[in-house]
Amino acid sequence: MSYFEFLGQYGDRIFSGTLITMALTVLSALLAVAIAVAAGLMRMAPNMAVRGLATVYIEIFRGTSLLVQLYWIFFVLPLFGITLEKFTAGFVAVGMNLGAYGAELVRGAILSVPKGQWEAALALNMSPAKRMIRVILPQAVLIMLPSWGNLLIELLKGTALVALISVADLMFQVKQINGTTFLSAQTFGTALIIYYVLARFMITPFMRWLERVMMRKMGRA
Amino acid sequence: MDTTDVSAFPLRLEGEATPMVSFKKVTKSYGSLVVLDSLDLDVAEGEMVTIIGPSGSGKTTVLRMLMTLETINGGVIYVDGEPLTHMPRGGGLVRADNRHMRKMRSKIGMCFQHFNLFPHMTALENCMEGPVHVLGLAKREARERAEELLAMVGMADKRDQHPSRLSGGQQQRVAIARALAMRPKVMLFDEVTSALDPEVIGEVTNVIRQLVAEHNLTMLMVTHQMGFAKDISDRICFFYGGRIEEQGSPDELFGNPRKERTQQFLSAVKEAT
Repeated sequence: MSYFEFLGQYGDRIFSGTLITMALTVLSALLAVAIAVAAGLMRMAPNMAVRGLATVYIEIFRGTSLLVQLYWIFFVLPLFGITLEKFTAGFVAVGMNLGAYGAELVRGAILSVPKGQWEAALALNMSPAKRMIRVILPQAVLIMLPSWGNLLIELLKGTALVALISVADLMFQVKQINGTTFLSAQTFGTALIIYYVLARFMITPFMRWLERVMMRKMGRA
Repeated sequence: MDTTDVSAFPLRLEGEATPMVSFKKVTKSYGSLVVLDSLDLDVAEGEMVTIIGPSGSGKTTVLRMLMTLETINGGVIYVDGEPLTHMPRGGGLVRADNRHMRKMRSKIGMCFQHFNLFPHMTALENCMEGPVHVLGLAKREARERAEELLAMVGMADKRDQHPSRLSGGQQQRVAIARALAMRPKVMLFDEVTSALDPEVIGEVTNVIRQLVAEHNLTMLMVTHQMGFAKDISDRICFFYGGRIEEQGSPDELFGNPRKERTQQFLSAVKEAT
C-alpha cells in the first residue's frame, strides 16, 4: 500500500483524531491559564493558608506524573463519587498539570515587574486588586508570554496521553490503525508530522501574534 | 516594631496653625541601622520645603514614609491634622489599618526619580487611571482633567504617546500631571531630576516652579539641584545622619550656614558643579 493509499483509506480517522487533539489542547490550555493565574496569585497571598493551598497544589501536580494524574482523575475519582466523562477527564488532567507549571511562570513574571510600578500604583492610592489587575498583570503578561509558548507546546504533546483512557484523539486513532494494519512507520510517522505542524505552525505563530499585540499595547511595536 | 510609646501623642492636631505635615519623634531603622532618628519636622500648608543632604542621610525615606511606602518604627506622622501612620481607637492611637491608610493616602501625591509611568498606557491614560479607577470619576470628566494638566506641563501634543516614546523629561512631566490629577494636598518630589539628562532638567524644574507660583500646594522635595532649591523653596532642611542638622530659609542656609557639616556639604556640592 502506498502512503497515498494509506492516507486515502485512513485520512478521515486521522483527521477526526487531529480535531479532538486540537479541541483538547484549546480546552486544557484555557484551564491551565485560569489555574496558573489563580494559583500564581494565591502563592503570593498574605494569608498563609491560601499560600499553603497553592503550594500543595503546585507540588502535587508538578511533582507527579501526568499519566498517573490522568488515571487518578479517570479511574480513582469515581470511587469518591466524582465521575468525569473521558474527554473531560482528559483535558482536566492535562490542564491541571500544566496549570501547576504555569503558576510558577505567573508568579515569576509578577515578581519581575519593577518595584517602581507597585509604588506608583500605591501612590495613586489604588486598591491591591486594582494594582494587580490594572498595572501589574498587563506588564507581567508580556514578560511571561515567551515561556507560555513553550508550555503550550508541552501541553499539546501532553494531550497524547489521553489516548490511554480511550479518548479518540490523534494518538488513539493512529494506535488503532496500527493495530489493524501494522503499518507502524506510516501511522506513527503521520502522527509525528501532525504534532509538529500543530506546534510549529499553529501554537508558535499564535504566541508570536499575541506578543506583537501586547507589544503594541506597550507602544513598543 | 514600635520603639516608642505613642500614648503621649495627640489623637489629632488642632488649632489655627496646624501644620499640613507633621513628623513627631519619627524613627526609622532597618535592623541596627538607624535611618531616621527621632525626627521632628513640620510643614505648613502651602509651604515648599526642600530636603538636601548626603546620600544615606534619610532624605528619601522621609518622603517614602509620608507616601506610606515605608513603615515607621516609632513616633507619629500627621497629615492635615490627622495621624497618618496611626489611627484613633479606644481613646488612644493604634497602628493604622489599610482602610485608614487609603483614606489618608488620598491627600498625598508623589513623583519618583524614575518616573514609574505605566508603560502599557498612553500619557493621557496614565493621567486618567487614578481619577477613573480610584476616585470614581466619569471617563469624560477624568479626560478633561487629564488634558488640562497635560497642557499645563506642556505635554498636550504627546498625550497619545506611550512612555517608551517619550524622553525622560517628558515622562517626568507626565508623571507630575498624573500625580496632580488626584488633587492631592501634599506633593512629594523625590529626586525628580536625578535621572534626567542635564539639558532636559529645566523643563521639569520649570513645571515645579509654576506649581509653586500658581498653586497653594504643600510640597516636599528631595533634590540635588541646589540652585533650583534655593530659588523656589520657602525652607531648606539639611539632613545628616538621620537628623535635621540645620534648617532655615534658602538665603540663611546657602548664604550663611552655621553648622560645620552643612558648610562641608555645600562646598563639596559647589565643587562638583
